[in-house]
Formats: sequence, C-alpha cells, structure tokens
Amino acid sequence: MATPDPGQLALPSGNGAVEHRPLGVFTRPSSSKGWRSWFTSVDHKKIGVMYGAAALFFFIIGGLEALLIRVQLWAPRGTLLTADEYNQVFTMHGTTMIFLVVMPIGAAFANYLMPLQIGARDVAFPRINAFSFWCFLFGGIFLNTAWFLGGGADGGWFMYAPNSSVVFSPGHGIDFWNIGLLITGIASLTGAVNLIVTVLNMRAPGMTLMKMPVFTWMTLVTQFLLLFAIPVLTAAQVLLLFDRAFDANFFNVEAGGDPLLWQHLFWIFGHPEVYLMILPAFGLVSDILPVFSRKPIFGYPFIVFSGIAIGFMGWGVWAHHMFVSGIGPVSVLVFSLTTMFIAVPTGVKILNWTATMARGKLKLDTPMLFCIGLITMFTIGGISGVTHSVAPADTQQTDTYYIVAHFHYVLFGGAFFGFMAGFYFYWPKVFGYLMNETLGKVNFWLMFVGFNLTFGPMHVLGLQGMSRRIYTYDAGYGFEFWNQVATIGAFVLAGSIALFIFNIFYSRAKAKSMANPGPDPWDARTIEWMIPSPVPEYNFDPIPTITRRDDFWYRKYGETEDHMPVRIAATDEVCQSAEGEHDVHLPSPSYWPIVTAFGLPIVGYGLLYTHWLSLIGGLIVVAGIYGWALEPPDDPEAEHDHHDDDHGPVGEVEPDRAEDEDLSESEKEVETVG
Amino acid sequence: MADTTVHEVGLDAAAPVAHLDHDTNTGISNTKLGMWLFLGSECLLFGGLITTYLIYKTPLSGPTPEQIFDIPFTSASSFVLLMSSLTMVLAVSAIERGDHHRLRVWLAATAILGSTFVAGQLYEFTAFYREGLGFTTSRFSSAFYTLTGFHGVHVTIGILMLVSLLLWSLRGKLPEHRSETVEVVGLYWHFVDIVWILIFAVVYLIP
Repeated sequence: MATPDPGQLALPSGNGAVEHRPLGVFTRPSSSKGWRSWFTSVDHKKIGVMYGAAALFFFIIGGLEALLIRVQLWAPRGTLLTADEYNQVFTMHGTTMIFLVVMPIGAAFANYLMPLQIGARDVAFPRINAFSFWCFLFGGIFLNTAWFLGGGADGGWFMYAPNSSVVFSPGHGIDFWNIGLLITGIASLTGAVNLIVTVLNMRAPGMTLMKMPVFTWMTLVTQFLLLFAIPVLTAAQVLLLFDRAFDANFFNVEAGGDPLLWQHLFWIFGHPEVYLMILPAFGLVSDILPVFSRKPIFGYPFIVFSGIAIGFMGWGVWAHHMFVSGIGPVSVLVFSLTTMFIAVPTGVKILNWTATMARGKLKLDTPMLFCIGLITMFTIGGISGVTHSVAPADTQQTDTYYIVAHFHYVLFGGAFFGFMAGFYFYWPKVFGYLMNETLGKVNFWLMFVGFNLTFGPMHVLGLQGMSRRIYTYDAGYGFEFWNQVATIGAFVLAGSIALFIFNIFYSRAKAKSMANPGPDPWDARTIEWMIPSPVPEYNFDPIPTITRRDDFWYRKYGETEDHMPVRIAATDEVCQSAEGEHDVHLPSPSYWPIVTAFGLPIVGYGLLYTHWLSLIGGLIVVAGIYGWALEPPDDPEAEHDHHDDDHGPVGEVEPDRAEDEDLSESEKEVETVG
Repeated sequence: MADTTVHEVGLDAAAPVAHLDHDTNTGISNTKLGMWLFLGSECLLFGGLITTYLIYKTPLSGPTPEQIFDIPFTSASSFVLLMSSLTMVLAVSAIERGDHHRLRVWLAATAILGSTFVAGQLYEFTAFYREGLGFTTSRFSSAFYTLTGFHGVHVTIGILMLVSLLLWSLRGKLPEHRSETVEVVGLYWHFVDIVWILIFAVVYLIP
C-alpha cells in the first residue's frame, strides 16, 4: 500500500497504484481536491453544499418568476404577461419554490449538519447520497428546460385533473413537470432512506435518541414524512403520465375517471409535504435560539414529541385543501377537527421557543434576528392557517389571495426565515468565515419589511375577494392600492436577497485578511462546533463520546447550584484540532452516482419526443447500476489503518441512569472548579 | 487538545473510533434497515395503485372483470410465485451455512419460478388483449394493467437481482460473509410476493 501523502488528510484511494475498472469504463476517481472532485464526491459535506448552491440558483429563477407575477398585477389590466404566460409563470414559481428550493435547502442542512450533530463520519450510504443530489439537480434542470421547449407547465403546482389532461393542456409543459418531479421524487426517496438509516444507526457512542440535537430529530421526522409521502405522489404522477402519454383513462371523465382521485392522492402527499418543508427550519431554530439566549432549549421532550406529533397528525388533515370539492359534510367535519388539533403541537413549539428566550441573556445577532422573525411570522401564518379549519369561512377564502398570504407566511416567513438563520449561523462552520454582521442585520430588516409588505396586503386582498391564479383584475374593486404595496414589497424582498448574495462575496473577500473564526464563534452548544471550521473531510477525529444533551456546552460550562453556567474549560481545550496526522478511512469517491442519475432525464426526453432515446437513457441507468454494484463501496486500495473496533456505539442502555450520573458529575465538577 | 481536563469531567474524548460499517446503534445493518425502509415506502406506492383499482374496477364500457378473469390460471401462477418465496428462504439458509452449491441451485430455482410467473402474466395480458381489453379500453383496463404491470416490473427487477447474485456467486464474488446481500434481496422478493397475495385477493378474488 502506498504511504499517505501528509498533505492529504483523508485518503480516498490508493494513489493510483492499482486501477479498479468496473465494466472497464472508468478508473476509480481518487482526487478529493479540485473542481472535478465535486462530480464524484460522496462526502456528505460537499453534497450538502451542492444542494444549497443549486437551491439558491433555483431560488433566483423562482424569485424572478415571482417578480413577473407582481409586475403583471401592479395595475388593473396589466399587459406584461398574457393569460397563458401567467399560468405558466405561477405554476413554475410554485413548483420551483417548493420542490427545487425549500425541500433541497432542507436537504442541504440535513446532509451537511445531521452527520456532524450525531458525530458520524458520513451518511450510511455515501454513494446513494451523491445519487440523490444528482437526481434532484437533473430533475430540476429537466423541469426548467420546458421554458425552451414550448413553455412551462400551466396547471398550478397541484396540477388538478382533468385540467392537466392533453385536451386542456396540449403542450409538453405538464409532461416536463410530471417527469421532472418523478426524478426529484427518486432523489427525495433515496435521500430519505439514507438519512433515516444514518440517524438510527450511526450515532456516536452515548448519543441516545433523546440526546440528539433538535435539528437531527426534525430531520428524522422530515425524512419519514418524505419516505411515506413521496410514493403517493409518485403513484398519482404515474397515473397522470399514463393518461397523457398512453391515453389511459384515470382522469378521463368521459370514461368514468374521477378528478377527485387526483386531489386525494395529491393532498395525501401534499399536506405532509407542507410539514416536511417547515420542520427542518423548526429544527434549526430550536438549535440556534438556545445559543443566543444562553439557556438550554425549554422543554426539549416537548419540542421533540410535538415534532413527532406533527409528523403523525400531518397525515390526517389533507382534505382541508378540498372543502369546496364536495367531499360531504362528514368528511368536512372530521378534517375541520383534525386541522384544529394539529395547531396544538405547533403552538407547543412556539411556546417553547418563547420560553427559551424568556429570562435569557439575548444576543441579537443576525441568526437570532431571523429566528425571532420566524417565530413571529410563523405565528401569523399559523393563526391564519387555523382559520381554514372553519369550513364555512374557508369556503369563502378558497382560491383567494388570503390563502396565498397564509402559505407564504408559513413557507417564507416560517421555513425560509429559519433557513436564513441557519445560513448566517452555520456559514463560518461550512466556509470558514463569518458573514458581515452589519450587512446581515440590514439583510434581516430589509427582508422582514419586504416580506410583510408583499404578503401582508394579500390577506386584505383575499378577504376583499381577489382570486388567485387570475392574470389580471379590473379597476374599481379596490384592489389597486394593496397590489401596488405588494409589488413594492416584492422588490424590497428581492433587494434583501441580492444583499444576502452580496454579503457572501463581500465577507469572503474581507475574510482573507482576517483570522479564522475558530471552531466555535458563537459559543454554541452542540458537537458540530467542537471541530475545526471549515470542517475537515473526516469530520471528527476522534469521534466524541456523548454523555448528555448539548454535550459540547457542558464540556465548556458547568452549573452552579442555582443553574447558572460556570466556565470549566477553555473552548480551545475541548475543541478538536486539524493539526497533526489524521489517518481516517473514508468512503471512496465514485463516478457511478452521477452516471446513473444522468440516464433518468434522457429517459424523460425520450418519453416526450422519441422512444428510442428512452432506451438509451435506460441503458445508461442500468449500466450505471451495474457499475455501481460491481464497484466495492470502499476502494480496496484505500488506506485502512485506523481500525479500532473495540469501542462501538453505545446503545440506548439505561438513559435515565446515565443522565443522573451526568448531573452528579457536573455538580461535583463545579465544586472543584468553584 | 487537553485530554486531561476532559477526562476529569468524565468525557472520554480520546475514546477509540467506532468503525463505519460495524456495530450500528440498532444492531441492524445499514443495508438491511435501508431495505426495510424502502419496502415501507413501496407499501404506499402500491397502496395508491390498489386504491385506484378499487375505485375503477367497474368499467363503463368494454369487458368486465367477471367476464375476463381466468381465476384457475392466475391461481396456478400465484402458487408458483408463492413457492419462489420458499426457494428464496432455502437460498438464504444455504449461504448462511456456507453451502455455495445449494445457494446457486435455489437462486436459480427462485429466478425460474419468478420468470414463470412473469411469463404467465404476459400470457394473461395477451389473452385479455385478444378478448378486447386494451390498455385504453376503459377505466378498469387502465387501472388493472397499471397495477398488475407495476407488480410485474417489480418481479422482473427481482429476477434481475437474483440472476446477478447467481452470476456473482459463480464467479466466486459472493463469499459467506456477504450472505446479507442475499438476505436483503430475499426481503425484497418476499415483499413482492406478499404484495401479490394482496393484489390477487383484491383484484381477482373479491367480487
């Protein structure tokens, strides 16, 4: 075996000594540096960064679509877009923001952070992880190529039947939507399996389930939701695909097809989808708030179990999207009640966050501002949401701007504010430099004001009766003023995003003359902060043994008798160092995930244009899978020295007793230190 | 790193590393747990398709289920598929005992039984088509062909996996310590069988 190059900390492969060529096509990639390594990387951190970057790219596309909508609605009888173009723009805006922005940003944080929070070296199936990302990216690109090939989908992101049939939408837009989302569905499904196995199987010694950081818990719940929600959407999309491509009769009303079937299948997926978009942000906030309040999270079990409760109850509320579709009084009653009930666990979370801040030493840095933004904005969105459980009122509000206002308060004011908090908070950990704080604060206030200017007035417009998805309105209904406010707000919002992107590059340029922020710039609590910034390729060396929640914090601080934190160790002493030799065996990079994923959109184009292209795409997929299966997950030529097996992860043995011991230990420690 | 301080608090930061592939927290290997989760997800996929079939089982025009189904024939092919679960179990047990010869025999038997089932399904589809039940004939035909066709594709993928295992075993690339690979493919195979029991009951037997 070749000796390790000291400059290369983790060893992907055997320095080219022996070439392993599955199917005789590729030499196994060996480099973990340089731009090429991104295409073959199986490192969860690189994949997480790629998810984030791709999502921000799609966010800009979706944002431009939103601006087109707002300019069109600036004044009565707008002429920027035709009715048909408007349909395409709002459909693609919704689809992009949901499937290509909010879900992947959640996946970005889950990929990057979750393994760090549980003290793992990588996810359970690193190559499947890469495959998930490439499926998402290729699916998203496939979806957006519709713009150049005859126009985007035009049926709304929910694509109700029979409006989605060839008769009413003869172009290829809906097919691009359908096949593109089938491909991203594969990404979500494989990602879900991967991340659930990672959380359940790969925690560091001592990290029992109830010691996991809240973000990891919410990732677990989210991925379970994905695991069970995505196949329902897939089933519905297969029916739609067969209807459109092969003249099946699933939604053909003439042959007895039932449009309500689509609505049920779609919303059985669609409502858990809502929660799986918001829960990652809830997890981030639950981990960030305690850092800037300098208090542990209030009621950790309540936060965790309310998240799980949301996960379960999210399956029982889907028909509140369908109150006006004639589902009958019993269904309406049942779904009204469940919709009211699901507000309870969400309310529990809001209470816990406020109680975490109460009497804490608040530090109002940018991440904290975004957290508080989430709590306030999501509360508004939650309250307007629970009004929908009142079916008679909902019947009036359905398909008006009131609904648009509600879900933007939940998804932008909730999920996206949480993600912004996460970006500012974790930026130094991921990229090794802090974002500029002044620009960050301006960024927050611009976004906060722009957001409320854009979506606040929509409550009023909706209650005035302005319909959504209509490309224009007539003068004289009193819609003009609030539409103009919303359009101005949208541009303020766009400015805040531009400022965020500027801040990224500005801070990076400034960082060159500044010192590394160190492993723990925020005096944080969870173990991802005890490793160097940016995170080395092997994450932890050695892997820490966990004895309590917020383990890193209690390595730094003990408690006095009245529960005030007392410093017991300097941060530098308890953090890991990147210096020295780290001889850690890591999964080897591979070409096969990207090859396999690349075949899928080719199959898609083949289905739309010429079927022989599908055959080629299918062959690429099959070849990719066989190359993958024949290639060992770890390159046999890679270094494999670091091999201590006598200290496996500790299971959930007697967590209560362990915690009791922790307390007595920390008390004892404070006595000695004090 | 100041290990001493950390040791005093009782936190063993220098504890040896748990290796990636061994000793999972649950005691179930990553691959097996992954397969179980995937199968859980598949339940929902088939759930959606079975529900669709149940809603559309009475056609507005064209042949009805009662007119077209040949229950004795499908019962026979269902029996063949169920027997393949037995041979699959025998294959897993063979490799766990280190009996590579029997492993290959039972893998081949499972693949042949599975192929017989798929061949039966193709014959059935052809016969139905000749009797006037095309894919686009009615809502029943679309739902029927989609549901059973999806299941047939699952069986076919299973056969491909079995044949791949057989080839690996013949080339000596399936040693005893990788018996779990066979077991995981077995999980998938049994799942596909169980789904067929459900589909057979719902589609063919319940009027």
